Amino acid sequence: MTLTSPDRRMLMAGNTAIARGAYEAGVYFASGYPGTPSTEILENIAHYPEIRSQWAANEKVAFDEAMGVALSGKRALCSMKYVGLNVASDSFMVFPFAGTLGGFVVISADDPGMYSSQNEQDNRYLARMAQVPMIEPSDPQEAKDYVKLAFELSEMFSTPVLYRTSMRVSHSKGIVSLGERGENTNERRFVKDVPNWVVPIFAKALRAKLDAKMERLTAFAESYPFNRLEEGRSEIGIITSGASYTYAKELFPEASFLKLALTNPLPRQKISDFCARHEVVYVIEELEPFLEEQIRAWGITNIVGKERLPRSGEYNPDILAQALLGEQAVDDFTSEFDLIARPPQLCPGCPHRGAYLALKKAGVLVTGDIGCYTLGALPPLGAMHTSFCMGSSIGHAFGFELGGMDKVVAVMGDSTFIHGGIPSLIDVVYNGGNTTTVILDNRTTGMTGHQEHPATGMTLQGEEAPRLDLVALIRAIGVKHVQVADPFRQKEMFQAVQEALQHEGPSVILTNRPCIFARGEKDRPKTPYVIREDKCTQCGACQRLGCPGVLPGKEPRIDEVVCTGCSLCAQACKFDAIVLKGVV
Amino acid sequence: MPVTNVLLCGVGGQGVLLAGEVLALVAAEEKAEVKQTEVHGVAQRGGSVVSHLRFGEGVYSPIVRTGEADILLAFERLEAVRYGHYVKRGGLILINDVEIMPGQIGEYKPYPTGIMEFLSGKGLRLQLIPAAAEAKALGNIRVSSLILLGVLSVYLDLSPKAWDAVIRRRIPERLLEVNLKAFQTGVELGRSRAEAAVAEG
Ligand code: SF4
Ligand code: SF4
Repeated sequence: MTLTSPDRRMLMAGNTAIARGAYEAGVYFASGYPGTPSTEILENIAHYPEIRSQWAANEKVAFDEAMGVALSGKRALCSMKYVGLNVASDSFMVFPFAGTLGGFVVISADDPGMYSSQNEQDNRYLARMAQVPMIEPSDPQEAKDYVKLAFELSEMFSTPVLYRTSMRVSHSKGIVSLGERGENTNERRFVKDVPNWVVPIFAKALRAKLDAKMERLTAFAESYPFNRLEEGRSEIGIITSGASYTYAKELFPEASFLKLALTNPLPRQKISDFCARHEVVYVIEELEPFLEEQIRAWGITNIVGKERLPRSGEYNPDILAQALLGEQAVDDFTSEFDLIARPPQLCPGCPHRGAYLALKKAGVLVTGDIGCYTLGALPPLGAMHTSFCMGSSIGHAFGFELGGMDKVVAVMGDSTFIHGGIPSLIDVVYNGGNTTTVILDNRTTGMTGHQEHPATGMTLQGEEAPRLDLVALIRAIGVKHVQVADPFRQKEMFQAVQEALQHEGPSVILTNRPCIFARGEKDRPKTPYVIREDKCTQCGACQRLGCPGVLPGKEPRIDEVVCTGCSLCAQACKFDAIVLKGVV
Repeated sequence: MPVTNVLLCGVGGQGVLLAGEVLALVAAEEKAEVKQTEVHGVAQRGGSVVSHLRFGEGVYSPIVRTGEADILLAFERLEAVRYGHYVKRGGLILINDVEIMPGQIGEYKPYPTGIMEFLSGKGLRLQLIPAAAEAKALGNIRVSSLILLGVLSVYLDLSPKAWDAVIRRRIPERLLEVNLKAFQTGVELGRSRAEAAVAEG
């Protein structure tokens, strides 16, 4: 994809537009860690050779790298899903104390509605907490244009900027007018200046400076043209930002809008005036009453917010119409029909299935983590019993053990282990733990759409990189019992689990089968398995593996189109009824 | 020009998202305002997927409201029911004549019957499209999506030129011919169906 010719209109998703915005803004460096709905930002930036871009081991590392580039005077961006910003928050909260030299923008992609996330968290509060300006686009055109705005603000006020997008903005498409790449004219470069850059020693003085900066920004916000006034003809005023703006605009064509691009700090005077000019003002914001609470704190009372609008879930035009216009919901007649759900399942031939079958047989308590393998918690496998956030399962397993629970195993993916698991494993060894960890090494970052990471030996651009040797790393940490096992050989996998459990001291098993979508796997020719009707007793054992390849029904059949030939169902069949196709 | 609302739904792996992309690109060829989005859970093979497309004047939101879709193209029978309430009264549902058994956890339920009767009882117009059979006749089962898009194109105000341009741009060279043929098959199928529907009154 080359997108370098100017004056073109293109249909683009929000994330593609953000990448284009980075290009046009003259961004020099971009880093990030995959996470829905942010992943495509960096994947698309990778198409622009003008920007050096890379996957980082985790979000904090991505943030710190971008920060170093920005302190060198160049424009830098880092991108992550909203929980990723929790990981990077340590740096994010301190950076504003010193401020930046080159433009610095951190993108947080929120997920109202939790389509692909573990919690619902409104990251607008983090901008307030860190005392940084925050920019929020509402559609793909703005997604592109606002990247540039964010960098300009960053350089104008020497501050990191939070650019907050959401699932709907990031994953919706619209027509975007493209511009050209602008050259970065910022000439500030890092000079050694201990009182400004050694924050802990000089934090008190820097804190006062930061407060003064926020005051200047607040004054600036009053006349910021992208906090846009759209005069309407009715008595209703609407204050909104992000995707909500697009829904409200269609439902209230007559209303006046104060459409905020800069949602931190807020223009108090502008908002007060707007509210004074309208009989009633709807504050339409997804998730928490972030704007509303600030507006109410100024003593403004003619606003309507969370008393009518929901505080959780993603908004859509139907929700707004019901809450604010009193419309009746359309009859959702699907409830009258016996609709069968389509629950998420591990893919046919997924190697995690083999690992879970062995763990289930061993009857252990399994602490889990974040990734495709979280699906192992669902029936019929039901072989994973906790899952909270990235990199937690090893610490949790060690904790369970310390709490007196027996036979506890942590599972964690390869990318997750690199992201946040390594320190916990060090801790298990250091503090004399007995924990068994299964690293589900499928050689990719599966859940987010198969990104590279240090142990795949490939970069974001698909170029070769030094491959992190996980076995050597784990040995170096001091784990004595390290074993590589094949999850498609149930006997071997089960035995590995038994041996690890029996071992005195920390133990690690690494599974060795790649994700069916990993590089090289997708196109590998595969021979499916078939069920021999003459031998099948219809016992149903093969249907209890949760493989979409084994079709449900009284007489099980294998869907030869999706079967990858992993052989797990054949191993589960006690009657030798499942055989490789063509082998009878 | 009023806003046109289109919904595409089906099962992950059926090509719904790709078809949605092609449709959005065609709309973007000729319309000033186009918005498209997908609203579904964790993207996964075998899950239910839906793609919203809106074009016309004054389009801000990418999300089609329930009861406002002009037309729903369902790549699978059961999914037509799941998203049927998005279609406006008297609106049209094009249903691909395909049944994909959901992967089931818990007690086994057979694939539901009576889908067509149920939906037409809700005041919706239905067209069953034998895309799989037509695709087989063309010698490539994977071109079902283009057949379905061809049928859909009969009901949308988007020019054949725009469709042709996007298909040529989006489909790899070696598959282009069969896909263009598939699209044309769909167009013809759609036309004869539309005429028959008019004749029936
Ligand atoms: S061999 Fe059996 S378990 Fe493996 S993918 Fe095929 S059907 Fe599924
Ligand atoms: S496990 Fe074997 S015998 Fe049992 S239902 Fe499956 S194929 Fe038939």
